[in-house]
Amino acid sequence: MALSRRRGATGESVVEVAMSPALGSLRRLWKRPAIRAAAWQMLAVATIAALAWYVTANVRANLPRMKLELGFGFLWDKAAFEIGDNLFDYRAGESILKAFVAGLGNTIQVAVIGIALTTLLGSAIALARLSHSLIVARAAWLYVETVRNIPLLLQLYFWHLFLVKLLPAPRLAWNPLPGIFLSNRGLAYPTLGMQPIFTWMLMVGLGGGILAWAWTRRARRRRDETGAQTSTLLPGLALIFLPPLILFLLFGETLQWDTPSLRGFNFQGGGNRVPEFAVLIFGLVTYQAGFAAETIRAGILGVSKGQIEAAKSLGLSRGRMTRLVILPQALRIVVPPLASQFLSLTKNSSLAVAIGYPDIVRVSMVVTGDTGRAVECVAIILVVYLVLSLATAAFMNWFNARIAFEGRT
Amino acid sequence: MKAAAAFSWLRQRFFATWSSGAASLTALAFLLWLAPPLWRWLVTDSVPGPADLETCLKAKGACWAFLYDKWRLILFGQFTYEEQWRAGLAVIAFIVMVAVSFVPALWITRTKRRFMLLSWAAALIVISALMSGGVFGLAVVEVRLWGGLPLTILIASVGCVSAFLLGIVLALGRRCEMPVLRWLCVGFIEFMRGVPLISLLFMSMIVFPLIVPPDVNVAQLVRAQVAFALFFAAYMAEAIRGGLQAIPRGQMLAAEAIGLGHWQTQTRIVLPQALGLVIPSLVNIFIAAFKDTSLVVIISMLDLLGTTNAAKADPKWWGLFVEAYLFIAAIYLFFCAAMSQFSRRLEARVGSERRHA
Repeated sequence: MALSRRRGATGESVVEVAMSPALGSLRRLWKRPAIRAAAWQMLAVATIAALAWYVTANVRANLPRMKLELGFGFLWDKAAFEIGDNLFDYRAGESILKAFVAGLGNTIQVAVIGIALTTLLGSAIALARLSHSLIVARAAWLYVETVRNIPLLLQLYFWHLFLVKLLPAPRLAWNPLPGIFLSNRGLAYPTLGMQPIFTWMLMVGLGGGILAWAWTRRARRRRDETGAQTSTLLPGLALIFLPPLILFLLFGETLQWDTPSLRGFNFQGGGNRVPEFAVLIFGLVTYQAGFAAETIRAGILGVSKGQIEAAKSLGLSRGRMTRLVILPQALRIVVPPLASQFLSLTKNSSLAVAIGYPDIVRVSMVVTGDTGRAVECVAIILVVYLVLSLATAAFMNWFNARIAFEGRT
Repeated sequence: MKAAAAFSWLRQRFFATWSSGAASLTALAFLLWLAPPLWRWLVTDSVPGPADLETCLKAKGACWAFLYDKWRLILFGQFTYEEQWRAGLAVIAFIVMVAVSFVPALWITRTKRRFMLLSWAAALIVISALMSGGVFGLAVVEVRLWGGLPLTILIASVGCVSAFLLGIVLALGRRCEMPVLRWLCVGFIEFMRGVPLISLLFMSMIVFPLIVPPDVNVAQLVRAQVAFALFFAAYMAEAIRGGLQAIPRGQMLAAEAIGLGHWQTQTRIVLPQALGLVIPSLVNIFIAAFKDTSLVVIISMLDLLGTTNAAKADPKWWGLFVEAYLFIAAIYLFFCAAMSQFSRRLEARVGSERRHA
């Protein structure tokens, strides 16, 4: 009866314990962390279960009232809408599933191109921020502060209207290079027809890649054993790109270009990208590069001065110093935050819906409008982005572990 | 002497090396090329004050007349026209309170803290009276008429405060020793961080009516607000978790040694220190949240960006948009830059305190 003795000072507590010994033992049980933890967790599970039951019951009651049904069977129905711009040659009349795939393809395409360009622009601005020239550094600072502090959606709206207003009608399209036409209907450009020799060139190029990899390994082993440096960059590039080029020059026929030409109100033939694609890429990249620049700058500044001085005193050239000393250490600082910025770029690409670029969200909205399958469409968006996020996170973790390891050896 | 010093400064800051000299000259040339037309567009050739579209189309510069006609619609949306001074006053009161609260010296003693909390309570009462009316002889303005800047600030601030509180709970939950609670928190946080905000806003708009009984009717504003808070709570939880991890274990052990229980340890020892450490990253999340309020446009709500889109849709000013977008861009820029300036100063302060400790 440790409890009753400790609380004996206050009268009613003792009375309570004396009145119900069961309550006293319950209280003693409650003092044990394991029991308490189990109780809290059961409570949490029960709450979630109750919530899930409540939601399910409501959905069941609401579906007939709203004349809706759940299920993904509608994905195999025919879609009645067009998607302007897609990698899968989707056309109205094909399945809704294919429309979703086309939308997903567009999302991934925007993300990949956006990430590549953001890295380039971000690095350039980071270097400008660190420039010895005050005017360049201040200009870069102004850029970063401006793009980072204005909502992306506002920037996208602005660039969209701006571009559409600025670009001429197809009849008056700008023709900067033969075969390339820029108008408010988008960018029309010539495409290459697929030729059998391309497959061969690709295979020879891959073989060259393997050889280049072997060459690099050999060079590294030789350096570790004898200390002698072997050039790897130029021979590697030559191994990858020269053989396919020679193959093409020897056996290639004349190239079959498919050039766009004006027919009616728009261009036919060749490739065509809607202006929204350019707006989305431009808006996303200029916005996200502001963030990337700050991260990259922090990474470069994060490499301690002693490292650079040590590299100089070893007699490393500027290029080798950057490649062997600064970059590996800066990358270790930069990669984790940069990875999350790339993730947010991917998620921000969903703002495509606001300017009408057919990404996965836009397709979902159109399908919701046509079929009324709101729950399924939102579920598809959620799953797609979760998978993309988790995949990016996994890749970045792997990459991060790799460079962290190289940095330490 | 002076000339020599100026020359040396010039040389060091602009022409230290050949490449930086070239960069300076290029940048200077670019600015000189850009500045005159920009100045002409903004000032010389622009149409200020009241005018009509005809005049604007003839002039080559900015049409500030468009803004002159529409600025009240952009700032306050459909808020009753005669009562818009109230919304303006509410916004100013809120900004002043926030600016004052950003002074760390006002929070250091218990009396000052109590005073600050009391004045916040008073300010909130005054602001809600101004916004909704119905007291002190003010005419009632329905919530569905709220729009523009007050709505943006409302969504951002209520969203951030609730996200902050929920974020603390989630961060503690993610670090607690009960596996079920921990995994629930991890699952929630990772889910929210993995999906875009608009998917949640869509859910609040389309899916919500499906999961509640038919007689439950929640305003779209509240639903968006909840989606917003849940989304940013996950980000805040991760920031706060970073702070919690930075608290040395000795602090917890010492708290236990002087007889504090689990909750007392958390609320009196761990959280105050952890939150102090993460204020800069929390402010960065505030900034992101403030900018992301604009996403409610996609579910047809009239926040600052929404009212601007409405203003530019007026056939009287057909085709004009640059001026209006520049105007609200400046507003967003002002708020976000002020917050980021505050965060940077605080970061420097925290950094120097840690170095001296």
